Amino acid sequence: MATMNELYQGIIIEHDRSPRNFRTLDAPTHSGEGRNPLCGDEMSLQLVVDAEGVITDVGFQGRGCAVSKASSSMMTAAIKGKTVAEATELFDQFHALLTGKDADRTALGKLVAFEGLGAYPMRVKCATMGWHVLKDVVGHKS
Amino acid sequence: MLRSLDYAGSPSEPASLGMTGLREQFPILSATSRGKPLVYLDSAATTQKPQVVIDAERDFYTGWNANIHRGVYEYSERATVAYDGTRATAARFLGGVDADEIVFVRGTTEAINLVAQSFFRPRIATAGATVLVTEMEHHANIVPWQLAGATLVPIPVTDAGELDMEAATRLLAARPAMLAVMHVSNALGTINPIAELCAMARTHGVPVLIDGAQAVGHFAVDLPALGADFYCFSGHKLFGPTGTGVLWGRREHLAMMPPYQGGGDMIDLVRFEGSSFARPPERFEAGTPNIAGVIGLNAAMQWVMAQDTRAWERHDRELLELGRHLLGEIPGLRFIARPADAVGVLTFAMDGAHPHDIASILDGEGICIRAGHHCAQPLHVRFGVPSSARASFGPYTTEAEVRALATGLQKVRELFG
Ligand SMILES: Cc1ncc(COP(=O)(O)O)c(C=O)c1O
Repeated sequence: MATMNELYQGIIIEHDRSPRNFRTLDAPTHSGEGRNPLCGDEMSLQLVVDAEGVITDVGFQGRGCAVSKASSSMMTAAIKGKTVAEATELFDQFHALLTGKDADRTALGKLVAFEGLGAYPMRVKCATMGWHVLKDVVGHKS
Repeated sequence: MLRSLDYAGSPSEPASLGMTGLREQFPILSATSRGKPLVYLDSAATTQKPQVVIDAERDFYTGWNANIHRGVYEYSERATVAYDGTRATAARFLGGVDADEIVFVRGTTEAINLVAQSFFRPRIATAGATVLVTEMEHHANIVPWQLAGATLVPIPVTDAGELDMEAATRLLAARPAMLAVMHVSNALGTINPIAELCAMARTHGVPVLIDGAQAVGHFAVDLPALGADFYCFSGHKLFGPTGTGVLWGRREHLAMMPPYQGGGDMIDLVRFEGSSFARPPERFEAGTPNIAGVIGLNAAMQWVMAQDTRAWERHDRELLELGRHLLGEIPGLRFIARPADAVGVLTFAMDGAHPHDIASILDGEGICIRAGHHCAQPLHVRFGVPSSARASFGPYTTEAEVRALATGLQKVRELFG
């Protein structure tokens, strides 16, 4: 499992430098914002969900640490093309991974790279911030 | 005299800056973190504890634990004498005030809540609701006043991270109900001109509360010379236990203040029709207090009074200058402010690296710093940054640790560069 510094040298820095889907959508069907009161970080998330419940487009914006940015970036890549139900199930798996519980590693795919973060409970909040916003957003249509 | 420092660290440099014999008294300082020697640079959040403080609490629990007051047996008597006797230590520690003006609280936060509820609030009808604070206050010196119904007016902070004294003069002349100000800033290290503020407040008849949380661990405080109305601090930032603190208040104020909380120990007579209350300080100490903690706090204050705090101040200043110099050479690093009169606190931001990432990478090197808003959100708004990274020193901090910080930050720079 990767240590924090290895995580930084790998995926975190890479996604921090070039985050995926880091943009504002023109016509989102869902949007929302989240804030981490501990650090004051903020992010907003927008989705386009079609009639079948499939997330066809996603964009995020915000101000945050490299861990939250990288995790949100990878989240957007992972949920695009999935249904809302599948995406929330993925969050449960991701949460299980970071809290040392049994997780569906196949479903998680590339997200497994964050496993090492589980050793740093103070940073798990950063890594799940985007996911929490997602969970919130799918409950509210824009 | 200050020894001039060779910042480049040439081999001819004499033994590193350090207070001889001091570090050894803190058992935790020889520990490791993440497999590396612990470099503890978060003393503004809480200080480490010397062995005498740890022993004092342990001895109480192993040797003579009992509840205080109302017990006539030997152990209860001993506990009572030790607990109440700590008031005299605190009174001496604060430069010579009266022991019965010392109220034990959980910490600075509770002290300010107590004054806001029992002193400020009942006076709103006559004195008004305006509380003058500063832009650099800790949330603990903001929110309690709001909860008590205050309208807050902040004294602005300059770009150097110092109070705008011209504005302070003007705002005090408007006679707010209260001035609540920190002695030393936890976020910037600024030492505020408290005596001057108290003198100005006095001419306008404005009572002053001073949050001394960050002062007491750095230099000796002389309350009679300051002329404040209330002063408070937390034991855990003074090498003592968590959950302990001291509120000092002028006798005439304490005498007219209603209780803060009700319960045992703070009463005179209890009847279902109504109760009457004990005199201060007991009036403000409802319920069984943190007896072991107060005994530990006593040991901490005794310990500090036996130290050469003048030498601490010089050491702190030298490390601050070294830190400002070494960190100032790191590309993309900028200090939030560099107040002229300050304790050992380095608060900074780095281009492209979020404070949490900085702290995480340093953590991998065993270096403990803090990242975030340091409970001073309005100050961060003032400086236009969402958060910052902060390294803060104690008397046990060494030159080598400050150099390790600079080396660690170079690594952060390389990673995010
Ligand atoms: C300046 C200042 N005021 C108040 C507090 C609050 O102290 P405590 O949390 O011990 O009550 C702190 C500590 O964080 C502080 O630095």
